[in-house]
Amino acid sequence: MTDFLNYLVLGLTRGSMYALIALGYTLVYGVLQLINFAHSEVFMSGAFGSYLIVGMFVHDGQHLAWWQVTLVMFLGLLSGALVGAAVAWGLERVAYRPLRRRGAPKLAFLISAIGMSFFLSQLAGKLFNRLSQNQFPSYFDQNKAVFTIPGSGATVSRIQLIVIVSAVIMMVFLDRLVSGTKLGRSIRGVAEDAPTAALMGIDIDKTISRTFIIGGALGGAAGFLFGTTFVFSNIMGFIPGVKAFAAAVLGGIGNIRGAMIGGLLLGVVENLVPTFPWNGSGGWIGLQWTDVVAFVVLVLVLVFRPTGILGERLGRAA
Amino acid sequence: MSLLEVDDIEVRYGAIRALKGVTFDVNEGEVVALLGANGAGKTTTQKTVSGMLRPSLGEIRFDGQRIDGIPAHQLIHLGICHVPEGRRVFPMMTVAENLEMGAFRFKKPDSTIHDRVIELFPRLGERYKQFAGTLSGGEQQMLAIGRALMGKPRLLLLDEPSMGLAPLIIKQIFDIVKEINEQGVTVLLVEQNAAQALALADRGYVLETGEIVLSGTGQELLTDDRIRAAYLGEEIAS
Ligand SMILES: Nc1ncnc2c1ncn2[C@@H]1O[C@H](COP(=O)(O)OP(=O)(O)O)[C@@H](O)[C@H]1O
Ligand SMILES: [Mg+2]
Repeated sequence: MTDFLNYLVLGLTRGSMYALIALGYTLVYGVLQLINFAHSEVFMSGAFGSYLIVGMFVHDGQHLAWWQVTLVMFLGLLSGALVGAAVAWGLERVAYRPLRRRGAPKLAFLISAIGMSFFLSQLAGKLFNRLSQNQFPSYFDQNKAVFTIPGSGATVSRIQLIVIVSAVIMMVFLDRLVSGTKLGRSIRGVAEDAPTAALMGIDIDKTISRTFIIGGALGGAAGFLFGTTFVFSNIMGFIPGVKAFAAAVLGGIGNIRGAMIGGLLLGVVENLVPTFPWNGSGGWIGLQWTDVVAFVVLVLVLVFRPTGILGERLGRAA
Repeated sequence: MSLLEVDDIEVRYGAIRALKGVTFDVNEGEVVALLGANGAGKTTTQKTVSGMLRPSLGEIRFDGQRIDGIPAHQLIHLGICHVPEGRRVFPMMTVAENLEMGAFRFKKPDSTIHDRVIELFPRLGERYKQFAGTLSGGEQQMLAIGRALMGKPRLLLLDEPSMGLAPLIIKQIFDIVKEINEQGVTVLLVEQNAAQALALADRGYVLETGEIVLSGTGQELLTDDRIRAAYLGEEIAS
């Protein structure tokens, strides 16, 4: 029981990050019917951007009071989000808009996306240390337990709590934004029927830009959360990016709540299944099988429910 | 000066010339019908007026102001509201949200107009919280017209509102178009259903392969032999 809960919390922590990244894939897919394969590098930029900015304020070996930690977290999330948003915005301008203007085929977008992905990851490699391990200053003891789950010995660490709570806040915020504001309605309008949305007075180009900015902000913030938890490098985006993409497909690509559910579910399943029967002996197959489990789940869902869990949107009329 | 003046426009899809010098006008307060067979260029004409397409030659003026080349999302601010072919409601939004989309150009939807739309189409009130994709064809057409009204049109562009609907529903819709026009909205109506469109219209134009081949008042066209043979006869036969 204790192990089960510990792995569940670990899964939710990983899953929250996947969900935040997955939202970027699904939002862009919604308005452009395009997988932005460079989104994993938006996530990476968020980590490096916040690393630079947070590094200006805190240094190694300091131990900060709780309110200072809170401030640093805010600063990290904000700077990760800003850098992610800026990179995503630029990406759309440089790599996609010119192709859209010329009515290029889908394959051209895909190649452009992959090119940008390599470019950004190699640029980060050049600017920072290629392939080597960067780390945020250790300004507080992240692994200290904040509370024990009643009725078991399972604990939630500080960083786990921070990751889950901040991800949930951002997702609730996005959900409200999309369903309850004019900006949200313009995004949904363009996603459902762009030419008709234009007839209502919606500027398609602007809406697409804003969609990239929102997705980029969430991905960049996830980059900070990931960076502050683990060591990271210029190729850090690859595995979480592929998994978040899988999570978006799992939930039903183009569906916002689907991406949230898909991300959390993938995180939980990939951590619980390999550690079964959760008795502390490492499980029958072991944690090194995490990635395999994640992709087996993806394949199974796609075999039995090709549009994903909430994927009715794919079936919509063009 | 007419409210809408379309002056010798040419519209191309790549190498295809869909409109080859089309000229017509619509006066304030009129219903003008644009008739023609499938592929004649009716939809292309409306899309060009609403800014979805830009003409390669010619001019379009609205209220005396050049509007050709202004994109659709800006043109709507002049009060040109287009109900596109095939209705194009937002299927994953509710009826209420679709109506709100129609008023997107305003900070907030006008509640007086909203209430008038529901009065005009009581069915929309009954289906208010339902997803638009689950409505019948007639209801979707009503929603598409109601949505356009939310944008406070001066000129309403209707593209084949009768397409695929039962005769009874078509009559309802034409009655409502008449009512909308009587409330002061100018209407440019595209139809293949010539008899009903001409009964409603003050004037009409007939398009054939991208050119205007006939024009006149609704009555004149209704009794014109060529129209009777080409369009009304076709209707009786089919
Ligand atoms: N997107 C398009 N690309 C190429 N040709 C088109 C396109 N839309 C319409 N056309 C052509 O332009 C002509 C006029 O079409 P349209 O305006 O849709 O006619 P109507 O509405 O009168 O049926 C037709 O020959 C049609 O095939
Ligand atoms: Mg047509």
